[in-house]
Amino acid sequence: MFRNQYDTDVTTWSPAGRLFQVEYAMEAVKQGSAAIGLRSMTHVVLACVNKANSELSSHQKKIFKVDDHIGVAIAGLTADGRVLSKYMRSECINYSFTYDSPLPVGRLVVQLADKAQVCTQRSWKRPYGVGLLAAGLDESGAHLYYNCPSGNYFEYQAFAIGSRSQAAKTYLERRFETFVNASREDLIKDALIAIRETLQGERLKSSICTVAVVGGGEPFHILDPETIQHLIDAFEIVGDEDPPANEQGAAAAADAEEGATAEQGATAGEGGDGAADEGAAPMDI
Amino acid sequence: MTKQQANWSPYDNNGGSCVAIAGADYCVIAADTRMSTGYSILTRDYSKICQLADKCVMASSGFQADVKALQKVLASRHLIYQHQHNKQMSCPAMGQLLSNTLYYKRFFPYYSFNVLGGLDNEGKGCVFTYDAVGSYERVGYSSQGSGSTLIMPFLDNQLKSPSPLLLPAVDAVTPLSESEAVDLVKTVFASCHRERHIHFVVVMLWSGTVDFVNDTCKELTKENSHGDKVEIVIVNADGIHREFMDLRKD
Repeated sequence: MFRNQYDTDVTTWSPAGRLFQVEYAMEAVKQGSAAIGLRSMTHVVLACVNKANSELSSHQKKIFKVDDHIGVAIAGLTADGRVLSKYMRSECINYSFTYDSPLPVGRLVVQLADKAQVCTQRSWKRPYGVGLLAAGLDESGAHLYYNCPSGNYFEYQAFAIGSRSQAAKTYLERRFETFVNASREDLIKDALIAIRETLQGERLKSSICTVAVVGGGEPFHILDPETIQHLIDAFEIVGDEDPPANEQGAAAAADAEEGATAEQGATAGEGGDGAADEGAAPMDI
Repeated sequence: MTKQQANWSPYDNNGGSCVAIAGADYCVIAADTRMSTGYSILTRDYSKICQLADKCVMASSGFQADVKALQKVLASRHLIYQHQHNKQMSCPAMGQLLSNTLYYKRFFPYYSFNVLGGLDNEGKGCVFTYDAVGSYERVGYSSQGSGSTLIMPFLDNQLKSPSPLLLPAVDAVTPLSESEAVDLVKTVFASCHRERHIHFVVVMLWSGTVDFVNDTCKELTKENSHGDKVEIVIVNADGIHREFMDLRKD
């Protein structure tokens, strides 16, 4: 990206009608490590690559539980992501308190998008530098949304964001039609394979990736490394599971289902209650 | 011409009693299931007990609308705690939170008389008892609500709590086993429901059986804001277990 004379302020338009600061913020998302989401009728899976800065440090937390029925994966400025997760958690708690029911995912992402939009129209603010993949279940089924720093949001069957996400997107585009009726295990396997695509040759291990699931009665939770390693071993031993090159020409139509009105399918996906669940494993994620 | 007085109260008393007894590695929390107003029964099947955390249970009598609001506030605060600390709140932590929440409304209180029971960080039973504005104390056993004036002396008699004025401080947790504590709670509720008159309490203790209590009771005034069923919750290392015992319905 070259420097422009119209990119100092988020409140300055370029002659071509662009807000460069917002576009630069989207660039920050592309620089972050990859995050992937995919959904079936009943489950949604989030997966991300967890690269630690050095061997001495711990991994960045990129997947956050927002409520029993919603979780997010982030890519970009993780600090911004952490702050937005806190906001989302607070919104879920307040909604639960007032309405005694879980916050519908579509409502949450709209609130998030509006919050992001504010930062694109104030001279004393800057856009959030983080893209969020919000996965959740509500009365209308399983949902996966992507929230941009621009304040836009889209609903997806499957999506990938962050660095080298195009490789994962290509894989997902090939396979997305099988996701709708896929089982929980197949969905997780597909997520892991998609993650492997972004690693480009590097060996996939459970220590460098994180996977989380929500749906079919189970609340949002992160899978433990042992389980993930078993699944990795299962499909890597068999060999490359990638189906032969079967590129669907409809690349554009493949992923995007724009806007809040896209209601996906029947009520098969039953969300867990948003209200406080006093289970054995609380917010341990 | 007398001055006009306010004739609407924001509060109501829905009656009932709660009891909690702490043991070495368990805690028993119990409350009756009757919800009443004045001399009328609103329902025979209302739970006054709420699980706030993994090992922490609260029983509250008084004005149930305030109790419900209090439970919701505590549940939300617990969720926030879990997000921030990545673990469940311990019973003593919840005890402090409850106290602060009650005092927060010092000048328009929650009309809620609470006992909090559960396991502390070491797995030992703990009971905290409160007034409506948050004054609280850790004890070995307690009761609150309309029957508490009858229940408390009986528990004092049975559980022989040492004086809190003794130094060094003595652990007031009962040496009773879990099943003995549950039986004690059942006896307490069965007897308390039947009488109001203090002398009858003495007679009941002396004779020692619940049947005698039931038979003799008919002529006596009854504590009627208390009855239907007792809900008994037991918290121990295995988790939370709930049982019910029927009481007279009149």
